[in-house]
Amino acid sequence: MKAINRRQAFALGGGFVMLTLMPMAADAEVTNDAAKWIEKFTGGKQPVKGKISLDLPEIAENGNTVPLSVNIESPMTADSYVKDVLIIADGNPNAGVATLSFTPLSGKAEASIRIRLATTQNVVAVAKMSDGSLFTEQKTVKVTIGGCGG
Amino acid sequence: MADKPRIKLPKEAAKGEVIQIKTLVSHVMESGQRKDAQGKTIPRKIINKFACEFNGKPVFSCALEPAISANPYVQFDARVDEAGTFKFSWTDDDGTVITAEEKIALKA
Repeated sequence: MKAINRRQAFALGGGFVMLTLMPMAADAEVTNDAAKWIEKFTGGKQPVKGKISLDLPEIAENGNTVPLSVNIESPMTADSYVKDVLIIADGNPNAGVATLSFTPLSGKAEASIRIRLATTQNVVAVAKMSDGSLFTEQKTVKVTIGGCGG
Repeated sequence: MADKPRIKLPKEAAKGEVIQIKTLVSHVMESGQRKDAQGKTIPRKIINKFACEFNGKPVFSCALEPAISANPYVQFDARVDEAGTFKFSWTDDDGTVITAEEKIALKA
């Protein structure tokens, strides 16, 4: 058998890199009805990026319980407050995670929950203000062990 | 299931103060995605709604989906303008409602 030369060795190495990168690229795809959830929530209006800070770990070792905190800039008075916040996971079997409903009595538009993530994916938050304006934010979470028992 | 929900909030607050409330209730939150040893799907059984009200007025609520972890933990804030009672309720898929109450006083 002929020993591989320098050029072939590079080609082989490149192949391995491609193989290891490919599943990661596939992970970022939307695999469920996330768009439908968002459309139902926004009524077709396009949300603007901003106002929301979404706090999630960059890497979640255990997808069964991933801490999520969301905080929206708002005075939270009777005239101007955050009404609802939709949380979506675009790589779970079902996109919906939770819909948080605030009132002026909440004082702060801030909440924390723990969620399940099946795989590496984007978590999206969409906030609806009392005046009807919409804001959005998203974060990618890498999941080591999936949390949907599938 | 029968475990009492755990709720953490201050005993008293200044008028107008925004306090943090932490709640945790024991529940399997069966997602309806898992299969048992026979390959049959385990039916979904989750808490689908959590709500908190203060002296009868809604403070915070959330609709929960199967993507919420077992023993759902919810943390949120509330503004306290008067002394009173917080009422918490967790609604199960099967219709049972777990409830809890916590009192809060105003700082003298």
